[in-house]
Amino acid sequence: MSKSHTSAEHEHQVTHGSYVSYITGFVLSIVLTLVAYFSVVNDWLIGWSVLLFVTALAIMQLLVQLLFFLHLSQEKRPRFNLMTFGYAAMVVVIIVIGSLWIMYNMRYNMVHEMTPEELERTIIEDEGIKYLENDQTGKHSH
Amino acid sequence: MSELKIAPALEAEHQTHTYHKTYFGFWTYLMTDLVLFAALFATYAVLRDNTWGGPTAGEIFSMPFVLTETMLLLTSSFTVGLAMLAIRSSKRALAFTWFIITFLLGAGFLGMELYEFNKLANEGLAWHANAFMSSFFTLVGTHGAHIAVGLLWMIVMMVKLVKDGITANNTRRLTLLSLFWHFLDIVWIFIFTFVYLMGAASV
Repeated sequence: MSKSHTSAEHEHQVTHGSYVSYITGFVLSIVLTLVAYFSVVNDWLIGWSVLLFVTALAIMQLLVQLLFFLHLSQEKRPRFNLMTFGYAAMVVVIIVIGSLWIMYNMRYNMVHEMTPEELERTIIEDEGIKYLENDQTGKHSH
Repeated sequence: MSELKIAPALEAEHQTHTYHKTYFGFWTYLMTDLVLFAALFATYAVLRDNTWGGPTAGEIFSMPFVLTETMLLLTSSFTVGLAMLAIRSSKRALAFTWFIITFLLGAGFLGMELYEFNKLANEGLAWHANAFMSSFFTLVGTHGAHIAVGLLWMIVMMVKLVKDGITANNTRRLTLLSLFWHFLDIVWIFIFTFVYLMGAASV
């Protein structure tokens, strides 16, 4: 099975870059890191927009490194590496966003931080059961 | 230094197939490692405000220090790529030099991280101080442990590179090592963003 194209075939199967791709990736990564750093240190933004801005920069840098350092876009079909990455990314988003979502809603159970009156008031306000209670008082006697 | 040892790696077709499978297998391991880090990131995000009266994330980190750490690791991710280019063009001495530079940058990063851990512990903020510190040490420490393993792997591969030259086996192992190293840099981008930058921004 010795064929002259074996070496060329290998070149296509395992992806790797060139000096140009590594230097491009490196420069872009440094720029993205510095922009994120100075946006926070010099207070360019305030509140939740900081969170969105630096998260967007981190995701941009992830894409830069996947393309220029890991050469994910050069992979030949079937793109198993890209598929497993997509699946892992989905699991990561579910774990992180899901945990934050659940724990945010679970704060009702943090009773040690609230007095019973505070807890009752929080639940009444958030669930809107105050009005229900008023409407139904004494109307269910048989 | 014979001609045979420096000959282009991976000529036999069966080796190419094994190589391709190994690459995919290692990539799959990295993806499962990503899920492990996701769990630690989620834990940190949930627990980071539970400081039990202690200082918050915005008060304990030195930002220029962390930026230096980040630049060291980012540069090492670049130099490991250059090392692999040298391997592929069969330049052993050049590849060796780039790997040594990568190793020194990685060791510098790990040293800075251990210095930071030690400093926090001396200030009474070790992993058992509160839930915030526990989740911080678990997340950043797990990444540091990966870096330490990568550095050990790099030492082993340097010895092999000197002994055997650029063989098919060494090229395959070094490719996986470079993949591992790029992956650790990507994980660090998110630690830098979500732990340090967001801590400093006090979001």
